[in-house]
Amino acid sequence: MNKIDVLIIGAGPTGLFCAHQLGIIGLSCEIVDNLDKAGGQCIELYPDKPIYDIPAVPECTGEELTNNLLKQIKPFNVKFHLNERVEELKKNQNRWHVKTSGRVEFDVAAIVIAGGVGSFEPRKFSVKECEKFEGNSLFYSIKDKSIFKDRNISIFGGGDSALDWAIELSNVSKVNLIHRRDGFSGAEASVQKVKELNDQGKLNLFIKYQMDSVVGDKKIESVKIKHDEGDIKEIKSDYVLGFFGLIMQLGPILDWGLNINKKTVEVNTENFETNVKGIFAIGDICSYPGKLKLILSGFHEGALAARGCFKYAKPDEKLRFEFTTTSKAAQERLGIKK
Amino acid sequence: MAKITYHTHDNKTQTIDVQNGLTVMEGAIQNDIPGIDADCGGGMACATCHVYVKEEWLDKLPAKEDGEEDMLDMAFEPKNNSRLSCQLIVSDELDGLEVNIPSKQG
Repeated sequence: MNKIDVLIIGAGPTGLFCAHQLGIIGLSCEIVDNLDKAGGQCIELYPDKPIYDIPAVPECTGEELTNNLLKQIKPFNVKFHLNERVEELKKNQNRWHVKTSGRVEFDVAAIVIAGGVGSFEPRKFSVKECEKFEGNSLFYSIKDKSIFKDRNISIFGGGDSALDWAIELSNVSKVNLIHRRDGFSGAEASVQKVKELNDQGKLNLFIKYQMDSVVGDKKIESVKIKHDEGDIKEIKSDYVLGFFGLIMQLGPILDWGLNINKKTVEVNTENFETNVKGIFAIGDICSYPGKLKLILSGFHEGALAARGCFKYAKPDEKLRFEFTTTSKAAQERLGIKK
Repeated sequence: MAKITYHTHDNKTQTIDVQNGLTVMEGAIQNDIPGIDADCGGGMACATCHVYVKEEWLDKLPAKEDGEEDMLDMAFEPKNNSRLSCQLIVSDELDGLEVNIPSKQG
């Protein structure tokens, strides 16, 4: 059981900066995120794309922004719980008891939901029968690549994951790469490599095809793919891999009794608390009149929510407003030596 | 102003007057038309505002940018007449546009 002041759900820029604000006012926090790294949408959707509207930062990429935020919270030694999704929430007198998908447990005074538009989960095939093969012969991510050796693998998608795995697995497996159009969103060098491998017969590329159906009983035996113009091919496949990026799902948060409107959580604008006392929501996931889905708004919301948490974490103390430029306490917390 | 017709997956049809300058996505969101999620808020970063454009309109719409086609790779059941509705900016020329909303966005 991790006993801390505040649990932050979501390691995107808003959650990271909120951790900083909590640290400055002397509250402890830990962060849960179901991705395998910090950064949220910035890292998952646009790590290399420039952002131009962070105050006083004329231009930076999503990755740079994330790295700078991580650097900024380093003095507070915030513990991250990655690849974890918050599943259960129980009120325990004045505190909250939280459990994650990986059975990590927290005992906290307050919770800050900085969950963006929900947790990222792989986008799946639209063909219904795919469900029953999921995890046995159909995957959306690869944990153990050795199972593919000397097998027939059909990979769907046109982004970097699809291309990279097609190239890598073509060394040891018989790979089919199926993509819906002749353009790819993955790196140009990988596209060239795939085309080369196709010309050399080391990989089969099927362009303008999409999945039509899967054939098999307990495990997949083949997939039928359909061309834009209607032609259907059946290709032998021991394994099917789909790489269509990630989609965001609100998940268990929906069951916490929060006021939810169009996939966002309603909050007040004084301290970004939800209708449930002790649960705050900041960043893209919160809504209030005039809400702008900008990173800078998330920073503001995080600063106020952190102060809102104070009365739950330290009910007997009074929070005094201070500037980091002059506050001794804040500077000590930041580890600044003079 | 343009009249945009949204056909939802449950076979309901709504025609809305959408102001010039808004997107087809915003027209749907502001009028509570179900089936368009627009998770990223119009940033061409998610593909959850995916629609099928009525065939006769395909050539009349502004061409897709590269980023749009890349995101459509991620959409649920993309077809040749797929577009991201956040990239369709309403103008008088779009008066009468009809779009079909897919059964789901992800």
